[in-house]
Amino acid sequence: MNLDDVFGLFNYWMVIVLMMTGFYIVVSRGNLVKKIVGLNIFQTSVFLLYISMGKVRGGTAPILTGKPEIYSDPLPHVLILTAIVVGVATTALGLALVVRIKNAYNSIEEDEIQKADDATEFGGELPQGAK
Amino acid sequence: MLSGVFSFVSAGLLVHLDAVDVAFTEAAVGAGISTVLMLSTLALTARHESLNRRPRAIPLIVVFLTGLTLVYGTLDMPRFGDPNAPIHSHVSPKYVNDTAAEIGMPNIVTAVLASYRGFDTFGEVTVIFAAGIGVLLLLAGTIRNAINGNISAMEHHLVLRVVTKVLIGPILLFALYVQFHGDYGPGGGFQAGVIFATAFIIYALVFGLETARRALPGRVVRILLATGVLIYGGTGLISFVTDHNFLDYSVLGATAVAGQHLGILLVEFGVGMTVSAVMVSTFYAFAGQNPPISDEDW
Repeated sequence: MNLDDVFGLFNYWMVIVLMMTGFYIVVSRGNLVKKIVGLNIFQTSVFLLYISMGKVRGGTAPILTGKPEIYSDPLPHVLILTAIVVGVATTALGLALVVRIKNAYNSIEEDEIQKADDATEFGGELPQGAK
Repeated sequence: MLSGVFSFVSAGLLVHLDAVDVAFTEAAVGAGISTVLMLSTLALTARHESLNRRPRAIPLIVVFLTGLTLVYGTLDMPRFGDPNAPIHSHVSPKYVNDTAAEIGMPNIVTAVLASYRGFDTFGEVTVIFAAGIGVLLLLAGTIRNAINGNISAMEHHLVLRVVTKVLIGPILLFALYVQFHGDYGPGGGFQAGVIFATAFIIYALVFGLETARRALPGRVVRILLATGVLIYGGTGLISFVTDHNFLDYSVLGATAVAGQHLGILLVEFGVGMTVSAVMVSTFYAFAGQNPPISDEDW
């Protein structure tokens, strides 16, 4: 592997680092808000992956100027632009669910919610504040 | 705060990668709306995470192994900026080469978004619409009564109030510019919708939710929410009547290019309407849950 390969793939590797950061937060944290933050970081890494693939060396933004030029690939831009707005809408939905969970269980920690569920299903002591 | 900075930095990176439209969206969405939503959820739930008793080693190993596998996968990928990469050799050259003749607008991203892949975008708008409805269903029933007594959230912050009043007009104007200039420069319905919503969110944050609700009632926002999708779908249906495919705008004007222009304008207008209505109503739903901000919190 030579230096060209390293620089050529560097973007993808950074995307993977970002992606794994998000993934780690999702699997290791019990707090539901933090899980959503982790998902958001994961999502940003996917955006960067797509946009990196769309870049063409020496290219410019895909807006026609009338002169012959090299343009970067517009297709990933379209996909990601809509994905960002869809992402914020679904994040809002996730956060709304978290708020309702907090109202119902008085907690947003995964293990406490699980405990409360077990208690209602199998009988036993409810954790404090859960309805 | 940090999430706002994170979005801003990634927006800068996107500009560098030639994705000006995407950067625009990310800056508007990330630095504005998602940060506000995240903060209001934190205020509604818990500020501190309770002590985590889980083992940390297993997630770390899993993440590390997945990362290594992915890095191994990248070794076969085309190098960054390679003009011969497979991604550039299928439909993209058609979009780049034919947009000028078929659609007749300089911004290729808008042309692909609203015309070539209009069906796709219709799906995305419907998803946003559904998410907005979901948030309303989840939160609308539980609005606390406390907000009725909320006169103004920041009565004593004169500087904030004056600056906000000065800013809101230009923000709304800018949103309209972005909306209708999307054919020629970076911009379009998605970005404009978000910027438009930001103006109302600032207004609600500084002058109180009730004042904002008087200026733009929740009922009106909910009607706009549905009307935007209806405009998009309706524009698609017009071509049905004249024996063309769904969302084929060529029939709307005297010439095919004029039809495309009109169709894209209408569709983007619908997109902007739905997006801004979803953002505003989501914010209303979240803010309606919060007890009014007291001055001590500042």
